[in-house]
Amino acid sequence: MLEVDIRAQLGALHLNVRFQVPSGVTVLFGASGAGKTSVVNAIAGLLRPDAGRIALGGRVLFDGATQVLPHRRKVGYVFQDARLFPHMTVEQNLAYGGRHRFDDLVELLGLRGLLARRPAGLSGGEKQRVALARALMSAPDVLLLDEPLAALDGPRKAEVLPYLQALARSAGVPVVYVTHAMAEVIQLADRIVIMDAGSVAMQGLLEAVLADPASARFFAKRDGGAILPCTVARHDAGVTVLASAAGEVLLPGTLGTIGGPMRLSVPAQDVILSKVPLEGQSALNMLEAKITEIGPLPNGNLAVSLMAGAAPLWAEVTPMSVAKLGLAPGQVVHAVFKATAVGPV
Amino acid sequence: MTFGPAFWEVVSLSLQVAVVATLGALPFALALAWVLARRSFWGHSLLNGLVHLPLVLPPVVTGYLLLLLFGRQGPVGALLFDWFGITLAFRWTGAALAAAVMAFPLMVRAIRLGIEAVDRGTEQAAATLGASPTRVFGTITLPLIAPSVLAGAVLGFAKALGEFGATITFVAAIPGQTQTIPSAIYALLQVPGQEGDVVALVVVSIVLAMGALLLSEWLARRMAQRVAA
Repeated sequence: MLEVDIRAQLGALHLNVRFQVPSGVTVLFGASGAGKTSVVNAIAGLLRPDAGRIALGGRVLFDGATQVLPHRRKVGYVFQDARLFPHMTVEQNLAYGGRHRFDDLVELLGLRGLLARRPAGLSGGEKQRVALARALMSAPDVLLLDEPLAALDGPRKAEVLPYLQALARSAGVPVVYVTHAMAEVIQLADRIVIMDAGSVAMQGLLEAVLADPASARFFAKRDGGAILPCTVARHDAGVTVLASAAGEVLLPGTLGTIGGPMRLSVPAQDVILSKVPLEGQSALNMLEAKITEIGPLPNGNLAVSLMAGAAPLWAEVTPMSVAKLGLAPGQVVHAVFKATAVGPV
Repeated sequence: MTFGPAFWEVVSLSLQVAVVATLGALPFALALAWVLARRSFWGHSLLNGLVHLPLVLPPVVTGYLLLLLFGRQGPVGALLFDWFGITLAFRWTGAALAAAVMAFPLMVRAIRLGIEAVDRGTEQAAATLGASPTRVFGTITLPLIAPSVLAGAVLGFAKALGEFGATITFVAAIPGQTQTIPSAIYALLQVPGQEGDVVALVVVSIVLAMGALLLSEWLARRMAQRVAA
């Protein structure tokens, strides 16, 4: 358990953050300049807050009077720019902080062939894999990842992400993952802390936060919307059938392994509401849902919150449509959507 | 004199003075360069100015100040003699001190540039991996600034080898004791008909300076390869 409760004046930005990271992956999400990196630096001891408290597993790292030096904190930190030691080989880099799970991590991250190389000869993706293994080999009590994929191009991102997924879970320590990319959030986060201008705007379990339409304004235009935790039930005629708390959901393509978990993103703009079951349309999914709430969105549209089975979803609808259909809380509607974005967990 | 014992005495004394001056000044230059590059404190500019003073003062003034401070009657010189029996004025050790003081700013400048070029982020990464500040300096900072330290040392060595004004003021030019190549050349030029000796010493000066430069280039290239390869 990592507890963070800090205040700091950083130029024009007033940082005032309070959150807890139990186990699993907590994503620190927010626009550039929201103060995410400063929070992570404070946890690592690279930045001293003005006041507050940081504790890791009951060990106080900072409380105004005490400021434990970075090298005594046992934090594993993966920086955006890898920060490998240029004068050492990959193996020397890896072993710098210890050889915890050395062979294991070398295998997992596919570094066997790189051990004798120097950082200058590595690709961006390889550098980040080395940095990740190096941080874990120091047997940290918390793993901090500051936009580890931001400096990589699309294919390199896709190369490193599966490693992150596998390791974030197997690390066995709390993970703080800084990003402003929705895809990484969906694929990695158990919990999310949304930061806005130095403060925590929303926080909680990912499903709960994304099911709240208020979270939409922190995401890119098309990214707002609930996510649906599912299990792969079966593959059928080029379609993947998923079981969820909302019922069965279909996904084009043969994806995942049967019985394995999968996360579905249901962008609010892609959800169509209908009072009668729709027939003769191409979207694969139609769920019966009850309207729980209708509220305004910052862009003038309305957010219609739904409960489909036991799963919360929401749809972005124009005020005109709401009026025309006479939608109101308590009504049962049919939510039609085309599921595309997927994140296996 | 040409290539006789007196000639080699001048050359070896010069080398001895320059090597001792360079190696003796290097740790202090490294420490000061680090302080100037990394620490901010009251009097930072003053300290920086003080370090660079020998670069801008007339060398004769520096030599005279050394004489005042380190002469047998000077505040530091008297202490050194009373406690350790060390005399610097008019000895080869004094010549080494004068050369070191004159070479010092050049060494500090070169090393400081190197330290400022080191990415603090790399050092921070080492700290998060559990390395104490001492270990970070020894395993990260020092290897990364090694080329700059080398450059500073070579620059300092060349300066020490050629030092004239402060040396002759502080320790005069006593043959076999404090007469280095520059003061020997100067002395020889005062008497007509010794141009041959002068030319020999000039050639030796050029060879030593070029040799030092080439050696440092070679070492720097090797270090750069270690970092880049």
